Amino acid sequence: MNPRLVLLLLAGLLVAVPLSLLAGRVWIDPFSPTAHNASIILVQLRLPRAVLALAVGAGLGAAGAAMQGFLRNPLADPGLFGIAPGAALGAVLSFWTGYAASPWLLPVFALAGACGAMTLLALIAGRSGGVALFTLAGLMVSSLAGALMSLAISLSPSPFAMTEIVTWTMGSLADRSWREVWIALPLTAAGIGVLLAAGRSLNALTLGEAAARSLGVEPFQLQAMMIIGIGLTVGSGVAVAGIIGFVGLMVPHFVRPFTDHRPSSLIVPSALAGALLLLISDCLCRVLPLAGGELRLGIALSLLGTPFFLHLLLKMRQELA
Amino acid sequence: MSLGASNLSVKNRLDGVSLQCRRGMVTAICGPNGAGKSTLLSCMAGLLRPDVGDVQLGGRPLSQCSTAQRAQWIGYLPQSPEVAWDVSVEVLVSIGRLPWKDAPAKEAQEAIDEAIAAMDLEALRHRPVSRLSGGERARALMARVLATRPGWVLADEPFANLDLAHAAALMRRFRQQTRAGRGVVLVLHDLATAMNHADQVVVLKNGRVEAEGPPEIALAREVIHRVWNCPARWLGDPGERALSLGQPSPFTLDAR
Repeated sequence: MNPRLVLLLLAGLLVAVPLSLLAGRVWIDPFSPTAHNASIILVQLRLPRAVLALAVGAGLGAAGAAMQGFLRNPLADPGLFGIAPGAALGAVLSFWTGYAASPWLLPVFALAGACGAMTLLALIAGRSGGVALFTLAGLMVSSLAGALMSLAISLSPSPFAMTEIVTWTMGSLADRSWREVWIALPLTAAGIGVLLAAGRSLNALTLGEAAARSLGVEPFQLQAMMIIGIGLTVGSGVAVAGIIGFVGLMVPHFVRPFTDHRPSSLIVPSALAGALLLLISDCLCRVLPLAGGELRLGIALSLLGTPFFLHLLLKMRQELA
Repeated sequence: MSLGASNLSVKNRLDGVSLQCRRGMVTAICGPNGAGKSTLLSCMAGLLRPDVGDVQLGGRPLSQCSTAQRAQWIGYLPQSPEVAWDVSVEVLVSIGRLPWKDAPAKEAQEAIDEAIAAMDLEALRHRPVSRLSGGERARALMARVLATRPGWVLADEPFANLDLAHAAALMRRFRQQTRAGRGVVLVLHDLATAMNHADQVVVLKNGRVEAEGPPEIALAREVIHRVWNCPARWLGDPGERALSLGQPSPFTLDAR
């Protein structure tokens, strides 16, 4: 791990967090807080939202880094490879069945969905699959989750549930409270912990599966750690914020050139950079003047991520040529 | 610790293979395509569990050794090894320390430095893998195996993508390892390399041992004819042998 990079990212967060608390539809002047609900806005709205952005972003960043290491594929992303859609499917089922009314069941459903999708992906392509097999398996898991989600929406018991589901899948951090923070924060932290513990094994996987096994890596154990770690980080993120894609794809690419390229040295910086990216994007979404509400974070990041993905593809094409 | 196999069978691939490798020696496993060479090496590296029989490490069945123990004792270099991320040579070599993850950092650094020195990579220590030539890359991957300081080095076709000079240089380094007391087991395609550099040769065909022993015996002309189904003749002096193929010499015709 590059300590200078970590310090730099931490410094960035130290600057960005206070600024994000001031920005929004109501701008708060730190020196003479004139808005009369300033303290309520800060403590009940902006602070939980900022903490949530940090937690979800860190989880997605770390999950992306670990997943790229595990699949040995620089294009891997929890969103693109069906993990986030799996979590979303779980959450949608909880809306659909009405269990979402209980605050703790939605995250449970989302976690189960994320772990289920990751298990499916690992089963199809986890043993010795190449990049192409993984990508296709990810696409399959992703479209399966999407189709089942559409099915749930089309069969939704009430128009209310339908609107709820549709808005929620778009991914946003608006109107979240401390309750969501207490769901996301511990689960994400636990997930990142699991991914960090898998770091050395992921490094060995750089040399391919046979060499990794000869170095003592137990493939099933590593697979289980990936399923739990990515399930926890992505599942809890989706549970509180809906689908926010491309963070896990973009962040490791920003960070990698400043590290020694080992998967293990990428996890912490990716978590920090993911937190920073989500915090800043969420702020921008909040202050961007848009008729009829605010830009949804999930949509904003997809708009940002797609060109980035294209850029990666073009770069790979050049390398192959 | 010795490394041996007794009565190894893997469905459709190995059929009752027994062999004994000795430390301080280069053992070559030869055979035509599909003979089961790589399967045998995988079994000996503990990566593939045989259906019948077992591999013994120091007289103990490998299946009873812990994964960590096995990883510390047996270094394995797969055929055409990939490197997924563009790490530097030093970082690549350091991955070989995984089986000793609890060892002190000083010892780890010593082992890494020793492996880098043994493979003559000091000047390339900080160079990314993507900017290495084929020969340098092969040496870096070999250094990764040595960084574990294993008692045994098992390599599957280590010279497959190397030109003559680089293959000879790498072979010399395998030799040096045997002088350091390690056992080396190589799957080799090129019979001349096995003839000139191995101490012991095992010839496989259809999953069975067809011949074994010192190279002059295990790779004798009759064996090559029988196993590879190809008339051949060794030229040159011992240690500098070359194989002449194809032309059925009058001698071979006489033998028929």
